[in-house]
Amino acid sequence: MAITPPQYLLHHDGDNVAVAMEDLQPGTLHGRSVKEGTEGTAVLNHAIPLGHKFALTDLAEGDAIIKYGIKVGLASAAIKKGDYIHTHNMRSYRWEASRA
Amino acid sequence: MGSKPRLMGYRRENGAMGIRNHVIILPLDDLSNAAAEAVAKVIPGTMALPHAFGRLQFGEDLQLTFDTLIGTGVNANVAAVVVIGIEPKWTQRVADGIAKTGKPVAAFSIEGKGDLQVIQEASRVAAMFLQDASALVRTEAEMGDMIMSIKCGESDTTSGLGSCPTTSQAVDRWVEAGGTVFFGETSELTGGEHLIAERCIDAATRELFQTTYDNYIKVIEATGANLLGSQPTQGNIAGGLTTIEEKALGNIAKTGSVPVVGVLKPAEMPNPANPGLYFMDSSSAAAECVTLMAAGGAVIHLFPTGQGNVIGNPIVPVLKLTANIKTAKSMTEHIDLDVSGLLRYEYDLKKAGDMMMNVIYDTINGRLCKAEVMGHREFTFTKLYISA
Repeated sequence: MAITPPQYLLHHDGDNVAVAMEDLQPGTLHGRSVKEGTEGTAVLNHAIPLGHKFALTDLAEGDAIIKYGIKVGLASAAIKKGDYIHTHNMRSYRWEASRA
Repeated sequence: MGSKPRLMGYRRENGAMGIRNHVIILPLDDLSNAAAEAVAKVIPGTMALPHAFGRLQFGEDLQLTFDTLIGTGVNANVAAVVVIGIEPKWTQRVADGIAKTGKPVAAFSIEGKGDLQVIQEASRVAAMFLQDASALVRTEAEMGDMIMSIKCGESDTTSGLGSCPTTSQAVDRWVEAGGTVFFGETSELTGGEHLIAERCIDAATRELFQTTYDNYIKVIEATGANLLGSQPTQGNIAGGLTTIEEKALGNIAKTGSVPVVGVLKPAEMPNPANPGLYFMDSSSAAAECVTLMAAGGAVIHLFPTGQGNVIGNPIVPVLKLTANIKTAKSMTEHIDLDVSGLLRYEYDLKKAGDMMMNVIYDTINGRLCKAEVMGHREFTFTKLYISA
């Protein structure tokens, strides 16, 4: 029952961000959701390091970013599916003053 | 899973079970660090716990310093204590607080004598305490006899995916065996505090939790500060965490699935008749938090890390686990357990939990953890406000 090591993981099906499990180059990747075990593929637009996030859907500025099935922040700029997500385009919705 | 080995610890005079047998030289205040450190040099095998505070504090802030000092001495990993302070009154107060456990305690004050005479007198007592402590033998222990604490640090996205869920396995097993676990990091619940509130065992506990959380956050928010780089830290951000909410959900992923049975003030000891998972109001700064939890009675600490925090504590073994393969490979002298295989699907979460428990059992029975081997002894007080 060996599983190929996933290149990305999302916590729950329905999360709109995924986490890189290795230093990744742009391209089509294989990954899975931790909770449900759903396997899938996703396209990455930028090179990102292990542990960093990319978008699984298009997001408009102000849209909720969902991880663990829960809102963990807002898009602070428009984000395209496959784009790198970090402090440059995502912010806290609880601590308004906390912005890059 | 291998069967649980026999666990052996030190049963103290008050019934508390420890897993280490330290004789500590405890300065009451910053001025007494030099004498305390000198005693620990004269009598190798004892340990001085220097720190930065203890003078001109007042009110609640002074009380927390007393609670931290007394709680550290009371901790079941400590066999005996020599307290040294500049003035006799507060020094005796701390010694008396520790002496209620029945363990050997002695107090010395420096004013009117000077460091050299105090070092001589205190060293004679420390020598006797050390020899007596060395004669104590380990007896059978159960997880139900002991308090474990958990707090993560230099977290990254692998923490919420791997090292924190592994810690959760240990929390649930510890509590199911009748033990007590502390978690804290008040500000680091932001965005997931409702998940903790929902797990509080009754309405009174839930209300106390919510009030405690709200009061802490009010202080932070009143500053109006941009916390990016502080909470989440620069290390968190380098590891891919972007917001406090994202960090909080990873943090909460380590708290198991058992109910929250109580809310503790910083350094407060729980009611031993009511074991289970407790929330302790505390900073998310590693050394402050672990120091408070040790003062509350924790004898072993699980510390999930992503980017590689190196913290230890003078009296409590701090076990590090990581699911970040880069950290596991580059910081081997700090990492007690590598669970990065979980993210590669080489084994499942239950197996990772088994691996964690085996490290815990070995540590209980006396095997030094990496932080102990590396000499990490961070003893850091939480200051509530300015001194007078």
